[in-house]
Amino acid sequence: MMKQPTVRPVKIRRDTVRARLIVFGILAVLLILCSLFSEYLTPCDPYLQDLSNAKAAPSAQHIFGTDRYGRDMLSRVIVGTRTSIFSTLLLVAVITVIGTVIGVFCGWHGGTIDTVLMRISDMFLAFPGLVFALAVAGVLGGGLHNAIFALAAISWPKYARIARSQTLSQKETPWLMAARLSGSGTVKILAKHILPNIIGPILVTSMLDIGTMMMELAGLSFLGLGAKPPIAEWGSMMSENRALMTTVPWITMAPGLAIFVSVMIFNLLGDTVRDYADPKTRGR
Amino acid sequence: MGSILSVDSLTKVFTRKGQPDFAAVDHISFEVDPGECLGIIGESGSGKSTAAAMITRLIDPTEGRIILDGQDITRLRGRQLQTAYRKMQMVFQTPTESFDPRRTLGDGIGESLRNYGHCRAEVDRRVAQLLEQCGLPADFARRYPHQVSGGQCQRAAIARAIAIKPKLLICDEATSALDVTIQREILALLSDLRREMNLSILFICHDIALVQQFCDRVLVMYKGRIVEEGVPDEVIRNPQNDYTKRLIESIL
Ligand SMILES: Nc1ncnc2c1ncn2[C@@H]1O[C@H](COP(=O)(O)OP(=O)(O)OP(=O)(O)O)[C@@H](O)[C@H]1O
Ligand SMILES: [Mg+2]
Repeated sequence: MMKQPTVRPVKIRRDTVRARLIVFGILAVLLILCSLFSEYLTPCDPYLQDLSNAKAAPSAQHIFGTDRYGRDMLSRVIVGTRTSIFSTLLLVAVITVIGTVIGVFCGWHGGTIDTVLMRISDMFLAFPGLVFALAVAGVLGGGLHNAIFALAAISWPKYARIARSQTLSQKETPWLMAARLSGSGTVKILAKHILPNIIGPILVTSMLDIGTMMMELAGLSFLGLGAKPPIAEWGSMMSENRALMTTVPWITMAPGLAIFVSVMIFNLLGDTVRDYADPKTRGR
Repeated sequence: MGSILSVDSLTKVFTRKGQPDFAAVDHISFEVDPGECLGIIGESGSGKSTAAAMITRLIDPTEGRIILDGQDITRLRGRQLQTAYRKMQMVFQTPTESFDPRRTLGDGIGESLRNYGHCRAEVDRRVAQLLEQCGLPADFARRYPHQVSGGQCQRAAIARAIAIKPKLLICDEATSALDVTIQREILALLSDLRREMNLSILFICHDIALVQQFCDRVLVMYKGRIVEEGVPDEVIRNPQNDYTKRLIESIL
């Protein structure tokens, strides 16, 4: 009897975490599949203009209506998954890798180069992110590539910080000293001992960042600094049609919902992964 | 006959911003002869671990020379240092933490063998052999550090340290984290290995009784300096230095 209260909550929590992980994992995979096969999933041609049927209200044929050129909103949103989700995943992968490499290097190497790189990352951290991205996109011109570049430039320092502090704490551990005494060189120690031990928190951070990055990319596109029309992208679709919102209120519904749902899915997935990785919920 | 390890005015000064320089180890010199067991005792913070870390080149000395089996290793780096580690190994104070939590004990024990070019099958065979030599079943190779007790982990750590047949074994409080009976077992294991392999041992400890039982000679460290040196029985019976007197009185 006495044991029940201490054992059961942990177990229940663990089970729900696993269930959540499966549910959100499947949803995220569905979204990614949708972005991979978007051409085959669209009910209509997303780029086909039909001015006689512009700004149509939602109907059986066009579930989310049509935009001002008469293009099917649902098809455009589906095609938009490729740009939105793919660019986001690419962006997150790039900043994770770059940030981790720089952070591990700084933590391991130390010295002047560490100080210099960390000051640079402080600089980026001190800027309000989107403003800096605007400046970069402004200087380099719009376009999806430049938007990704701009966001990558301001987002890597967070990863570098985490990787650096984790590397520093790993460096002091007895097992790392034992590895050095075993005659392992730097590369081997970094790849075999340090990376596997620090990658957990970094991956959790990148999972949590997917939602944020998706919003920021959509935000840049909305401001006209990301994807260029006629490419279907959720942020730019909203901005294209926002002038019509007062007369045809449903016109921004489809991209808005798409952003909301996907950001939600990836954020919840990130939360779940964090809970899952948390040793306190993990039975030994 | 040359000594295995010869340390000459080894010094480590820690410098920190806003604090005066602090000499954790202050010009210590000593030698370890082949097959000898030299004990180092001293209170917490007297610089024993710092000295061990310098000798194993895990930290850089501020001053002094370290000569291992006739070779000056004070400034060695990279490949050359890795080669020097074939002659010198260390057993750490915290058994469980001296193994990577994400790797099996077998992986840790075989790491040095793999690094010095043994093939996989041979490494596996040697690891099983080493585990048995250190009194553990061979299937412990597949366990993770958190799945074994502290004493078992320390045996595995000793197996790792003797894997490449070093000439010098440094034990930095290798028994401090263990209870008394396990301590005695580990000491017995070390004595056996010492005889079988003709190991020289640098035995760092703060328990003077263990040193008396196990070591041929003892150094007493206090605030980074060596304050007394001699055969353990003599030092205990007839301490010359004030600090040593207090240390012995506090135990008796
Ligand atoms: N990295 C460091 N920076 C500054 N001071 C340090 C550092 N490492 C150790 N010290 C100091 O050096 C002194 C000696 O420490 P050391 O760990 O060598 O003592 P010890 O004799 O091994 O003690 P114990 O018996 O507790 O293991 C201590 O006062 C410690 O605070
Ligand atoms: Mg110590």
